[in-house]
Amino acid sequence: MAVKKISKVQPEKFEFNKKNKETADSIIKNYPSGKQQSAVMALLYLAQKQNDNWIPLSAMKYIAKYLDMPYIKVYEVATFYSMYNLTPVGKYFFQVCTTTPCMLRGAYNLVDVCKRKISEEENRLSEDGKTSWLEVECLGACVNAPMLQLNEDYYEDLDPTKLEQIIDKISNDQVPQPGSYKGRLSSEPENTRKTLIGNKNA
Amino acid sequence: MLEDKDRIFQNLYNDFGADLASAKQRGDWKDTKEICGKGREWIINEIKTSELRGRGGAGFPTGLKWSFAPKEVGSRPHYLVINADESEPGTCKDRDILRFEPHKLIEGCLIASYAVNAHKCYIYIRGEYFNEGQKLQTAIDEAYKDGLLGKNSAGTDWELDIYIHYGAGAYICGEETALLESIEGKKGQPRLKPPFPALIGLYGCPTIINNVETISVVPTILRRGGKWFSSLGRPKNTGSKIYCISGNVNNPCNVEEEMGIPLKELIEKHAGGVIGGWDNLKAVIPGGSSMPLLPKETCETIKMDFDACVENKTGLGTAGIVVINKDQDIIKCMARIARFYKHESCGQCTPCREGSGWMWRMLERMAKGEATRDEVDMLLDVTKQIEGHTICAFGEGSSWPVQGLIRNFKDEIIERNKFDPIVKKQKDIPYLVDQHLLEKENA
Repeated sequence: MAVKKISKVQPEKFEFNKKNKETADSIIKNYPSGKQQSAVMALLYLAQKQNDNWIPLSAMKYIAKYLDMPYIKVYEVATFYSMYNLTPVGKYFFQVCTTTPCMLRGAYNLVDVCKRKISEEENRLSEDGKTSWLEVECLGACVNAPMLQLNEDYYEDLDPTKLEQIIDKISNDQVPQPGSYKGRLSSEPENTRKTLIGNKNA
Repeated sequence: MLEDKDRIFQNLYNDFGADLASAKQRGDWKDTKEICGKGREWIINEIKTSELRGRGGAGFPTGLKWSFAPKEVGSRPHYLVINADESEPGTCKDRDILRFEPHKLIEGCLIASYAVNAHKCYIYIRGEYFNEGQKLQTAIDEAYKDGLLGKNSAGTDWELDIYIHYGAGAYICGEETALLESIEGKKGQPRLKPPFPALIGLYGCPTIINNVETISVVPTILRRGGKWFSSLGRPKNTGSKIYCISGNVNNPCNVEEEMGIPLKELIEKHAGGVIGGWDNLKAVIPGGSSMPLLPKETCETIKMDFDACVENKTGLGTAGIVVINKDQDIIKCMARIARFYKHESCGQCTPCREGSGWMWRMLERMAKGEATRDEVDMLLDVTKQIEGHTICAFGEGSSWPVQGLIRNFKDEIIERNKFDPIVKKQKDIPYLVDQHLLEKENA
């Protein structure tokens, strides 16, 4: 099980902004009446987006009231799932996949780059305060390994040099193009495609 | 080798685009009305004829699963839930379906919902697949606009609404009952079975849960006939399957192939061979990280289908093939997999919660050569005590890869960890220290 730390510094108050309130209400409508608790995961995610990519305790209390459920249940959910950040992370949050399929193709070289260029330790902000990184478990893009997730986008087929370039761009507030960094369009075999030949580049 | 015309996922590599117009050109949504017009019995029977087995890992016959749903809707509504929480290391097939063939999935949802009497369908997508989820949502919106979903879906007179529910990074939510708990807004901890979800599932109502790939092949099977599908592969292991080949191969890729294709052909032909040549092959994990690995000798001959894998003491699982060559340290690779399971255990059952950590720490030490000789047997004993003593199959999933390692590479472990029990040598052995104090944060 993952260990989750709660941030010591907590904002006093949290409230959804108008747009998120509308989104939240429309999400609740996806579930049968009386089962609004189902929306807790989506609402936590909204709160995380609104609050610079992390969830303060006040947001959990707010959501508990919003969905008419006990605060502890929201707390349970927020601490159980690994995608909820309970401490502040960088505006640009690198999540490097290091599970075996990525590791076989050199994911730990990417980790070294992150250690060198972002911060020595996981979950610690870089010097300019904009980026942080984390080692995560399988992100489900194994044929495009090694890869990482930057906020919501996947950056695939990386190597240390390309990652350095990405981090350099990020530190200038330019977000590089997501996707494969080897010129692949998706998960096709590079250069040696033997199937669906008739469709090729249709 | 499967011919191109028999491949179900024509847009696997996004040659055409995923929008509704091009999906229709590829034959999706053609005569959906007529298919549903033939009735539930016919649909379920045709799926039974096709011998389609679930593509999510367990390989349960889909037709049979659907027939478990109550025939008549009682006081409780029925639900269809699609499992798109693809997190098994080595597997990335559902991602391509979600982003490139969403209409196959949506049409499959309609037909399956009709067959099991469901008016609501939830698609549970793992939270990391945010962009893929957005693409699916676009496709769903297109379908609503075109009258393919909603009150009178595709002219079938069947009302269906599809909702996407995002996960948030928990591997265990791929287990069907944990997935239901997660949709209900709780921690994803598996439920005891029975009762099975087909009778008491989401919100206590009858629920059918299927994998993305299973549902996506359904429309094509019904269009071309169950007989066509069962003519591919061999009996009980029919049809085609998307294989994901990753790890130490020259061209890692996803490819749709016939069931029962030799593993060697998949690696050599589609993935461009093992890095350093076939002789450089060390081992292959054939079905996602939960399945025991295969040594090179077996890889020469094994055919990739459910039963052939079981005969070779492994499993097809999700068909996520991870190739490991001799440049890698096999013990370290398996230690990393053990770390994955330690991280992802939901913490409900003690054997799994504690045991997965023990296995990881023992393997880490074995990789460094710091273990004693008799610890190898101790490790095997730990795996046996986890396996079968947990609520869900996570216990098996975490212990099988370790068992596979010990079965095939015991000599190598002993070679590296030769020294005698510590008492004799008075060595400073890390396992006498409370290990969890040494763990790094968030590991």
